Amino acid sequence: MGDAGDRFDVRKTAELARIELDDESANRLRSDMERIVAYVDKLAELDVDGVEPTCHAVPLSDVLRPDAEEPSFSRDDILANAPAVVEDELVKVPPVIEQ
Amino acid sequence: MKDATLKRLVQALETGEASSVEIVADCLERAERSGKDVNAFLHVDSDDVTRRAEESDARRAAGQTLSPWDGIPVGIKDNIAVKGQPCRCASKILEPFVSPYDAKVVERLAAAGMIPFGRANMDEFAMGSSCENSAFGPTRNPRGLDRVPGGSSGGSAAAVAAGLVPVALGSDTGGSIRQPAAFCGVVGMKPTYGRVSRYGLVAFASSLDQIGPLANNVEDAAVLLDIVSGSDAKDSTSLPNASTGCAKALEGAETNLKGVKVGLPKEYFAMEGVDSGVEKSIADSIELFKSLGAEMVEVSLPTAEYAVSAYYVIATAEASANLARFDGIRYGARAENAESLIDTYLRSRGEGFGEEVKRRILLGTFVLSSGYHDAYYLRALKARTLFRRDFDAAFANCDIMLSPTSPTVAFKLEEKTDDPLKMYLADIFTIAVNLTGCCAMSLPSPTLGEGGLPVGVQLMAPPMADETLFRVARTFERSIGGDA
Repeated sequence: MGDAGDRFDVRKTAELARIELDDESANRLRSDMERIVAYVDKLAELDVDGVEPTCHAVPLSDVLRPDAEEPSFSRDDILANAPAVVEDELVKVPPVIEQ
Repeated sequence: MKDATLKRLVQALETGEASSVEIVADCLERAERSGKDVNAFLHVDSDDVTRRAEESDARRAAGQTLSPWDGIPVGIKDNIAVKGQPCRCASKILEPFVSPYDAKVVERLAAAGMIPFGRANMDEFAMGSSCENSAFGPTRNPRGLDRVPGGSSGGSAAAVAAGLVPVALGSDTGGSIRQPAAFCGVVGMKPTYGRVSRYGLVAFASSLDQIGPLANNVEDAAVLLDIVSGSDAKDSTSLPNASTGCAKALEGAETNLKGVKVGLPKEYFAMEGVDSGVEKSIADSIELFKSLGAEMVEVSLPTAEYAVSAYYVIATAEASANLARFDGIRYGARAENAESLIDTYLRSRGEGFGEEVKRRILLGTFVLSSGYHDAYYLRALKARTLFRRDFDAAFANCDIMLSPTSPTVAFKLEEKTDDPLKMYLADIFTIAVNLTGCCAMSLPSPTLGEGGLPVGVQLMAPPMADETLFRVARTFERSIGGDA
């Protein structure tokens, strides 16, 4: 798989993950990640040809609960946790469409 | 009533020797006092637990107890929701959050009259093996205050070991119940995946996470597991027919282990980096199993050495998706003075998450990113199939498997904080159990390891064989003079 450092771009990955990093922590994370990626590269040694992937420990599918009406959270309860609120009934968010 | 078993507490409540208010007052006092050293709890709402205890005493006086355990407190890990209580996952990003609802396990505790007690410290978002990744300061090991309690359920394990609560709930994604149980010298059990509802457990890696009990003895762990387990319409991964008969299974526990085949995975016993004191202690445990009449057989898990790699790909990939919800918009901490929506995400997450959480989100994002998905994520999922085959083949030749829980005894604070990879390798014996959906338990080995610190012996059983695990563990515990 080549050198881990060439593949792992800490700035690009942090942007995809929507995490702001200062230079110091970017540098530290870069060197940690190079070692960790080099370690997980061990997986390349395994012969997995023709092996089906396992996504879940228990193969359950199409699990549905009855489509019955039930009480939901009150608006007040949910808004109590919102960082910013408008008129006690809406979550206030920063501009979504930039000017 | 410090260190009293559940049985003893039930008896004290029934005979009027102690009231629930007295029991929780005792716990509150000890939790307060140990705040300075062990620091097992991030928060304890004494008004709430006292009110619940008063209600329990009133029910008892009226002859309307909800269960034999009505009025007994249970420590709760900070990633399990209790209505009206903080649920911060030891993270700054959830510092302002108060849960608007109860997790299913908390609902079940309340239905039995049990009292959710405190917010037990943990590694942030359950990511860590030492409890040092808590944004609110580490917990210390009651068996040696210069040592970590293990993680991520370090607060839950330390609270039980220090006698602050009789039992506690933790969560286990790669060993997060079993490893701290081993480090603190208590019993910790990871149930079969799907046995306990994850509704109200803040998700780290959904296909691996499972809530389970930490206790002073095997029977108490079984009782607590029975109370919280069962299928749940709100968790589509909960098993439709999960039984709740672990405590009942103990009634039939034999005084010997004749006819029980215990597998020793040879790859686990050839691993490097295992303390000689741990090796010696586990050898003593094996001798004890033999003296009880168990048949020891060598089994093989040929792909075992790849489990840590696969785990850190799968768990981080799931975490990167699960933790996307913490964006500073609907709840949690929002960065101030951000100029745009994207900037709000970037800064809220940059400021709110600690270093280890960032590291894992970045790794998860990387292994799922275009160009690397097949080489890492898909390959790890295929490896997971191989682990399952290995475990199936091994369990065809034995009833349970035995190994150390952790390669070392509790290490010193800050001993591994500079080396994340070294910290990850502390989980080599526990991780495959989560990847395969098996159940496993750590219980104290009869002999101590380096520095007189506890050693955990891990017993593993196939999915749905939780009862077998408890029965064998009970017989083993009884043979070393554990709680009668």
